[in-house]
Amino acid sequence: MNVFSQTLLWLGDASNWEGTGGISVRLVQHMQYSLATLAITCVIAIPLACYIGHFGRALFVIPVINALRALPTLGMLSALALIFGLGISAPMIVMVMFAIPPVLAATYSGIANVSQTTTHAMRAIGFSEWQILWNVELPTAFPAILGGIRSAFTQIIATWTVAAFLPVGGLGRFLIDGLAIRDYSQMLGASFLVIGLSIAVDVLMLIVQNTIERHSRYSQLTTQS
Amino acid sequence: MSSFGRKLIGGVLAGVVMMGTVGCGSSNPLDSSSSQESDASTITIGSANFAESEILANMYVQALASHGIHAALKPDIGARDVYIAALKDGSIDLVPEYTGNLLQYFDKDSTAHSASDVYSELKKALPSKFAVLDQAKAEDSDSLNVTKSYSEQHHVTSIGDLSKINGLKIAAAPEFATRPYGITGLKQQYGVDATLIPINDGGGATTIKALLNGTVQMANINTTSPSIKTNNLVTLKDPLQMILPQRVIPLISKSAESDKVTSVLNEVQSKLTTQDLMTMNGESINDKESASAIAKHWLQTYKLV
Repeated sequence: MNVFSQTLLWLGDASNWEGTGGISVRLVQHMQYSLATLAITCVIAIPLACYIGHFGRALFVIPVINALRALPTLGMLSALALIFGLGISAPMIVMVMFAIPPVLAATYSGIANVSQTTTHAMRAIGFSEWQILWNVELPTAFPAILGGIRSAFTQIIATWTVAAFLPVGGLGRFLIDGLAIRDYSQMLGASFLVIGLSIAVDVLMLIVQNTIERHSRYSQLTTQS
Repeated sequence: MSSFGRKLIGGVLAGVVMMGTVGCGSSNPLDSSSSQESDASTITIGSANFAESEILANMYVQALASHGIHAALKPDIGARDVYIAALKDGSIDLVPEYTGNLLQYFDKDSTAHSASDVYSELKKALPSKFAVLDQAKAEDSDSLNVTKSYSEQHHVTSIGDLSKINGLKIAAAPEFATRPYGITGLKQQYGVDATLIPINDGGGATTIKALLNGTVQMANINTTSPSIKTNNLVTLKDPLQMILPQRVIPLISKSAESDKVTSVLNEVQSKLTTQDLMTMNGESINDKESASAIAKHWLQTYKLV
């Protein structure tokens, strides 16, 4: 029997889905980690990008943060685990670090692309900076921001598997533990789950993105700019 | 069709194609398509992807070369699966190994415990094309360690002493969960209940840190790791021989075996001690010396070159 059919057996075996180390639990954990990472990423990246994009200040931050992506994930994990210990904080910081660049870049370019004529005109008729950002720049940038979030989310889901190098849960456990005991069907099975999860999430977000785009009252504005 | 619809279908199709490609791929990830036979007069020595294995491989190469046997080095091949496959297809002729793990690899049901039993069982379990030379006194086995203060505070010097302790956490590689010397063995042989905190750094810095700051009470560290001494750790005694002996042993392909090769390498084997391995690992980890320089130094110390 080859590894592929063994993988199907592994995925099909109900007992593999049950219990504290079962697929169901790991799948839920993986989504929880990923959603938490995405939330923290957005809270940091979007306000930062709004500031940079709106005022055109501190532009150097974008390439600097982009360059952080080049750091090796595993190396960062080990280094931060030495500082923060074995809890969830070390992998969480690493995952957020690698998810910030796409959201930051997308939000920044979305906001910076709003025509200067528009913002100047708004300023002239008495809009505050905050109102310009909230009423025009953010809505205009919204599709771009969603695109950035989408790309970050897929990356987060895929990269969390690496964190199982440390004692954390999620689908990465099957990969790292499977490798340790040469259980390749378990590893391949878990890879399929991760691939399936990212595709499902990506398609879902694409639908959300397009629905919002179609119904947005700003869609005309976006296409013209 | 809207552009969204096209994108959606495109995405799904790409996904299906991707899964299909993976599915139709090679049925065995270990199949090695490269089967370059090495030159018959040269003996090619491989090593696993960690420093100690590379040092041992360098020792064998240099010892053979000093006796006029042409030896080549192929270091850093990878994990056991990969270099055993390389040995099978003839791209290497010899690789440094460890008795217990090698026995478990070829016969996972073996119940041998003592070093001599493991050695004789291993000889029986080997595939017909493979042979092993003499086992060294030197041993790189798993060992369970606690900090000195923990040992004194809880009067723990032997694994059995842990049976009275609740909520014990142990840092070890993920395979510790199922191995006979792991969580199951602790329970069955010593009546010790422990929770595994899986860390994949081979008993490295993260493991030591977790042990020292009390996140875990016990850690699985190789006996030849210099960090046991550096951090004053107490290695727990294993009176029931739960942990398999892991003597250093050269695994050789029979086609490359000759009386001369055997006698040269067995002389190396007869001199090597666990203390030597610990010192050499220290030179590699702390002093960042190259494997070949460390090997040369050792051979000179024992006047083998």
